[in-house]
Amino acid sequence: MTRANLILLALIACIAALPLFGEAYTLRLGTIACMYAIMALSWNVVGGFAGYPSFATAAFFGLGAYIGGVLLARGMPLTMAIPIAGIGSFLVAALLGAALLRLRGHYFAIASLSLIEVFRELVNNATDLTGGGMGLNIPLAASAGVMADATFFFYLMWGVLLVTAVMVIAVSMSKLGFGLSCIMQNETAANMVGLNTTLYKSVAFGLSACFVGAAGGVYAAWVHYIDPSDVFDILYSVKPIVMALIGGLGSPLGVTIGAFVYLGLEEVVWRNYIQIHSGVLGVLIVLLLLFLPHGLTSLRGWRLWGRAKNV
Amino acid sequence: MSEILHLQSVSRRFGGLQALRDVSLTVNKGEVIGLIGPNGAGKTTLVNVVTGVTPATAGTVKFDGQDITRVKTYRSARLGLSRTFQIVQPFAQFSALDNVAAAALFSQPGEGLKAAREEARRHLAFVGLEAQSGQQAATLTLAMRKRLELAKALAMRPKLLFLDEVNAGLNSAEVERATELIHQLAADGITIVMIEHLMKVVLNVCSRIVVLHNGQLIADGQPRDVMTNPAVIEAYLGQQYAQRIGAHG
Repeated sequence: MTRANLILLALIACIAALPLFGEAYTLRLGTIACMYAIMALSWNVVGGFAGYPSFATAAFFGLGAYIGGVLLARGMPLTMAIPIAGIGSFLVAALLGAALLRLRGHYFAIASLSLIEVFRELVNNATDLTGGGMGLNIPLAASAGVMADATFFFYLMWGVLLVTAVMVIAVSMSKLGFGLSCIMQNETAANMVGLNTTLYKSVAFGLSACFVGAAGGVYAAWVHYIDPSDVFDILYSVKPIVMALIGGLGSPLGVTIGAFVYLGLEEVVWRNYIQIHSGVLGVLIVLLLLFLPHGLTSLRGWRLWGRAKNV
Repeated sequence: MSEILHLQSVSRRFGGLQALRDVSLTVNKGEVIGLIGPNGAGKTTLVNVVTGVTPATAGTVKFDGQDITRVKTYRSARLGLSRTFQIVQPFAQFSALDNVAAAALFSQPGEGLKAAREEARRHLAFVGLEAQSGQQAATLTLAMRKRLELAKALAMRPKLLFLDEVNAGLNSAEVERATELIHQLAADGITIVMIEHLMKVVLNVCSRIVVLHNGQLIADGQPRDVMTNPAVIEAYLGQQYAQRIGAHG
């Protein structure tokens, strides 16, 4: 395992200590941080490893939220509903991926974007099952107070993050990761050396949806109420890409740090510039990308940490 | 000699352009065939049709007794059909070693990454790139990238190897070296079909020459016979020249 991956696991382990310091606000922030990191890490599998710029994160987040939400509302326990949300998202994504991933570049981006709209409309119209535009109420789990709830859902989201990170690291070290890297660099050549590119891309797309779907399920249980415009929010697709770009495309540690930095920026800006917060955040992101085009991980070779490279 | 590849009236059209017209061709095991023809004759299209990149619009392609007309590229690669690209197609960010390892890894079922890298080292040594094995493919010279392309093709343990202009853009010393490699491969019993413009190389290496012109097969035979074939001379040098040669000879 590379050093960066070990640091990533250590970082995630450190986050687990958050409830020691936390009031409810910190825990809420921590839960969102984990959720963002799951999205960014998942996006990295298809966007970073395979080089396919997917905008489908929100689609599978919403899908998972609704699978989890509907099951929970029918009385299924959390321990069953979340895995089913993840596996369901994996299967749907892998099947759709086999068709969508024939497109490349901008065409793929637009097609994956349209998935959000399609799923949203499906949920809107399946009123009997999902409550349509009225939203879906999810019954409270047996509650033992605000803090206990917050801690529980924090650890649930953290658990999903841990599994996601382990999955991403496993992929990056496996034959699958090697193949995805081949696809990113030169798909024609990848085909020519006997690589089943359609299969590899579909699996990558499925894996990138799986844990986002599970996170969606946790989210639904956490907030107790979801509606289509909330969970099928296009920002859930855009944010992971921004996080990955901030952190450094392709590196699991980079995108995770990117997710945390992004959340930090979002929170600080929101607190201080409530009226123009999205504008300020946008400017900050543009500046970051302009001056650090390869993300925060490109700071690695810096004087602060190591010796100068080319002496 | 038993046949390894058989094309039966293969055609391929791109919209209004008929790139291949009713081509029938048999390749026997162990042969080294030169596929020549003027620019735009359909040589690369022929390779693309056989490897499944652009499947034939009509006709059948049989490889090793199996119909592969509609078989996907990655499958035919695993069957033992490999090729080099005229415009080299490396995995640019990978080291030379990993480029070749990828070919070994994905073409052989059940191969592990470590074993693939071991094997890759051998193939790099064969093409004389062992010193560059750790170097990023994008930083190699054109001649080296062409040899890398060859190493990749060999790592797939091909039964039939298409070489698409491996010598284009190389200087004469590099061409000599590449020719030597091809001789060695032929001696090892790999069937080779090479697209080549350098007649010196073709005549030196090939046991048979096939000529394409405007998507049609116009000649197929021993090198010396093909070189004096009026249809071939006409295709390359024009009707007038062919008539003059005909009158004199």
